[in-house]
Amino acid sequence: MPAVETGRHHTSYRSEQRLWHTRPQIVRMALLAVAAAVLPFVLDNYWLAIANTALIAAIGAIGLNILVGYTGQISLGQGGFLAVGAFTTAILTDRAGVPAPLSILAAVVLTAAVGVIVGLPALRLKGLYLAIATLASQMVIIFIVRRWGFLTEGQGFVDVSRLEVFGFRIERTTFEQQWYVILLVITILVALTATNLFRTSVGRSFMAVRDQDIAASAMGVNLTRTKLTAFALSNAYVGLAGALLAHYTEIISWEKFTIDVSITYLAMIIVGGMGSVAGAVYGAVFITLLPVVVRMLADVLGGVAPVLSRQLPAFEHAAFGLVIIVFLIFEPRGLNRIWQRIKDYFGFWPFRY
Amino acid sequence: MRTRAYRHPLNGSSMPPGRPLLRVSDLTLRFGGVTALAEVGMSVDSGRIHAIIGPNGAGKSSLLNCISGLYRPTGGEVVLHTDSGQERRLTSLPPNRVARLGVARSFQNIELFEHLTVLENMMLGRHIHMRQNVLSAMLWLGPARRQEITHREVVEEVIDLLKLQAYRQKPVGTLAYGIQKRVELGRALAMQPALLLLDEPMAGMNAEEKEDMARYILDVHELAGVSIVLIEHDMNVVMDISDRVTVLDFGRVIGDGTPAEVMENPRVVEAYLGAGAAS
Repeated sequence: MPAVETGRHHTSYRSEQRLWHTRPQIVRMALLAVAAAVLPFVLDNYWLAIANTALIAAIGAIGLNILVGYTGQISLGQGGFLAVGAFTTAILTDRAGVPAPLSILAAVVLTAAVGVIVGLPALRLKGLYLAIATLASQMVIIFIVRRWGFLTEGQGFVDVSRLEVFGFRIERTTFEQQWYVILLVITILVALTATNLFRTSVGRSFMAVRDQDIAASAMGVNLTRTKLTAFALSNAYVGLAGALLAHYTEIISWEKFTIDVSITYLAMIIVGGMGSVAGAVYGAVFITLLPVVVRMLADVLGGVAPVLSRQLPAFEHAAFGLVIIVFLIFEPRGLNRIWQRIKDYFGFWPFRY
Repeated sequence: MRTRAYRHPLNGSSMPPGRPLLRVSDLTLRFGGVTALAEVGMSVDSGRIHAIIGPNGAGKSSLLNCISGLYRPTGGEVVLHTDSGQERRLTSLPPNRVARLGVARSFQNIELFEHLTVLENMMLGRHIHMRQNVLSAMLWLGPARRQEITHREVVEEVIDLLKLQAYRQKPVGTLAYGIQKRVELGRALAMQPALLLLDEPMAGMNAEEKEDMARYILDVHELAGVSIVLIEHDMNVVMDISDRVTVLDFGRVIGDGTPAEVMENPRVVEAYLGAGAAS
């Protein structure tokens, strides 16, 4: 709990259950809401596309954080799970003509089911060993997606038609704006449901498994059921992210879901903050913006140091690695913790603590 | 025994004191060639504090682990007499099922959920009494919300009994050792157990902290009426607070009875003070 909240006394359990208690919290949320609402009117399509990518990443990162950050089951299979969601909805919409909302739902359910299967080794394995087991699932899924001709009809990619929901079709001219609204609403719902989960008995049992699985089982927590539920739930969100990615980008192929993607998502939750829904969102935005910022820097400094733009991909990778190292050394609890400390600082000002 | 009137009785058993609650018979546990427990038998009566003592490596913790389902014994059985008059074999059940039958425990080396707050830790003690409905939880529906409050009220009684009010919102990892031990006791008590197993609740404490903890254990026993099995090294504490003592040495029971009887037992004296000390 952030220190700013000391001295707040609740007179009922209901008031303590609220997500936002203090006036600054409510004001911040209101400002954030206004900013989010204004964004599509002030940003051009380039920046809106980045915002949309970040929103999809946020959904996927929240899902991954449920598994890795909250339940302590490390997963390197994120890319594969995204692929399951993306290909399911793409094939159902593109070839079977299933309406988009239904095919997205099917993608969510199927990805959750795949999560349960991949989660089975987690009943026996922990830590590094589980990481290798999930890495295997990543490789297997990508192998299937690459080599099973049926999935892509031998083309290697699947085209997805423009998103259409109950007769409402995304317009070409306002493509990014409309997607922004859709993705924003879904991201808010995802963040809210994930937050709710962790203030109830179900979510607490996930964290108990992470912190002390033996004690958890002595408290009556069924480890098997809890771990598999965590895999299923986490993957449901990841499947949703994958499905949205398919409809948003309108073309998918296996290259978008490689092991790099798994690691990028892990980086998001490390940078953002393990075991925090807000952290997953911060991390997703940060990691999505990172290459954009590096590119801007290269453009600006291009005149002075042309090597920057010549070797751009190398510098992007270097920046990515540097960020992860810096966070692991200086703030392993991520952006979420940094933000909390900033709030504390101003809360206590002019005192230090 | 005076039992304070709680809105939520913390004792999960309605069995009158003095009736057999737990029976351990012929319990044997081997790890490869090592015999940790050899045909251990003991009986715990309801409403009592039953101490298990013995030198290091005597098999005390192994016995507790067998009772709570963390170890699967090689032979013998542990039977719990439930409220409904049933006899339930614990020896074939996984730990979470044993917990659901009302057996709560603490650990020798604190095993709290260190990143969670004191409240969250104790709410996990309520896990067996709560419904886990994922959809209702994610949508923060009425039942999930109300359930949190209902069980919070039980937790508050435990917090009240163990005087943990000041620490509710603190992550347990940041608390002092003695407080963590008390939180662990509280987490187990929040389960409203029929039987509370405490594995060295006073390990590593100074005399004053031990006195405090002994007082809390007596409160749990006398005010809440919970039956307790306790592992402890400090003979003074054991003699002061327990109703009955079982002594283990090299995995065998070498003494059983009231504290005074056990003190007189020459085999116990020998195990503790060495051969020749009894004469």
